[in-house]
Amino acid sequence: MTSDVVTIAWKDLREVLLQSGTLRKSLRGLLFSFLIFGVFLPLQIGPDLVREPAAILPFAWVPLLLASGMVADGIAGERERHTLETLLASRLSDRAILFGKVVAAIAYGWGFMLVSAAVGLVTVNLANTGHGILLYSPVALVLLGVFGVLGAGLVATGGALVALRAPTVRQAAQNMNLAIFAVILVPVLVLQVLPEDVRRQVFTTLSGLDWPTIGAGAAVFFALVDLLLLGAAMARFQRARLILD
Amino acid sequence: MTDCAIRTEGLTRDFGSLRAVDGISLEVPAGAIFGFLGPNGSGKTTTIRLLLGLLEPTHGTATVLGHDARTDAAAIRQHCGALLEHSGLYERMTAQDNLEFYARVWHLDPSQRRERVHELLSGLALWDRRNELVGAWSRGMKQKLAVARALLHRPDLVFLDEPTAGLDPIAAAALREDLTALARREGVTVFLTTHNLGEAEKLCDQVAVIRSGHLLAVGRPDELRGQARRDRMEITGRGLDARVTALLSAQPAVESAENDGGRLTLRLRDGQDTAPLVTLLVHEGVEIDEVRKGGADLEEAFMALVGTDQ
Repeated sequence: MTSDVVTIAWKDLREVLLQSGTLRKSLRGLLFSFLIFGVFLPLQIGPDLVREPAAILPFAWVPLLLASGMVADGIAGERERHTLETLLASRLSDRAILFGKVVAAIAYGWGFMLVSAAVGLVTVNLANTGHGILLYSPVALVLLGVFGVLGAGLVATGGALVALRAPTVRQAAQNMNLAIFAVILVPVLVLQVLPEDVRRQVFTTLSGLDWPTIGAGAAVFFALVDLLLLGAAMARFQRARLILD
Repeated sequence: MTDCAIRTEGLTRDFGSLRAVDGISLEVPAGAIFGFLGPNGSGKTTTIRLLLGLLEPTHGTATVLGHDARTDAAAIRQHCGALLEHSGLYERMTAQDNLEFYARVWHLDPSQRRERVHELLSGLALWDRRNELVGAWSRGMKQKLAVARALLHRPDLVFLDEPTAGLDPIAAAALREDLTALARREGVTVFLTTHNLGEAEKLCDQVAVIRSGHLLAVGRPDELRGQARRDRMEITGRGLDARVTALLSAQPAVESAENDGGRLTLRLRDGQDTAPLVTLLVHEGVEIDEVRKGGADLEEAFMALVGTDQ
């Protein structure tokens, strides 16, 4: 099944990366994202980008935005463009097709996050020449590596579930964007409405926590949620059901 | 492979209260081009989906290439190719990438992939345009490419769901020609659905007629024509009046006679000599311009079958 998963991922990535005819044209379309996440934000953050692990958080937007779009296009888009039925009529198993699409979305989101982080590092070094060579800390690299994959996985598996229920790509993308904003904004809004003393207590508690343990716990939690969502998507991704959709 | 590529017995599929396919029993010989004829909404596409194991039958059985469609659908899809209702091509990818992708799906190794893609694209005169995005192509070219994709892995059986639908007559004729040549060369069994009777007559060794999920008839196109209507004779000339029409209707060779303003159409009984009819007309003073004798075409046969069912 692994080769089938790779084949589907190869097709999805190729379709997205070469949709304008050439890789160069497609990358030109992604230039805006690189300018924002690889140049503008690193210039704003400065050397703290490599000194403070939390400063790399803006890169988390890259997989959120790209992986969600990719999985919406890969599932709802195939159905909308009438290519899914032909794929289902091939020898590929349901799982290989679904896993391939999830892997493609993770690779796309996480890959561009890593590229953005690398471009950001170059930008910070070029803009701050007096500090020697600036490099990400090991903690930041772990965050980019582990949480980058898990975050992209969360968006890809959750997105697959949403896309399976959406009649069109646009509807799938809208639903996913709403879900992403809800996940990010709700905690911020809750913090805003908390009384001042409660909020201060929350921050005091957070600053006193054992972060490596919290990080490991969070990684396990994300991994479990990813698996849960993948399981739900697998239950929904069935040939006979998709044909009738 | 068995001598029979497809065998169904009482194949039935319901969608809620609607019976889309109703107890179809048929056999498709291996190596044949089999036409599945029916008007729109008659159950042709649902039948293909059942045969490919994409849908489960409500009742009945289907055996395709020796595999049960209900329990062994993966094995069926392994050995079949399909061009379904839509071409299923990735329009944001090039023609070569479309075939390259499906060649990977069918586990062709890299050298086989290159050879096969070249062979098929060259055979369909698409090789020079292999690096163009498919989205920019005409419908006829897309259908050709989709046929190539269906045959890519040298399947034993290929399902083609209305392959020439929406094509202009020239593109349709070109595709039919390519399709026949490819199918004969590759020795593949073809299960072709169409509502184009001329197409079925030109392409198919055997045809089945379906309406509202019911199978109305199965056989060679000439058998079907024979089943539906007898031979006919068309006579034009002066003096073909009601008296002459009645006289001809009374002849043992004639099943029926219709007079349409000086044009007489006779339906003939099997094996009857028609020369005496012409002699009779001359004897009755009819001045004959033209006499044409021929069999019913498939369209007539189809209309007769469908009309009888209604």
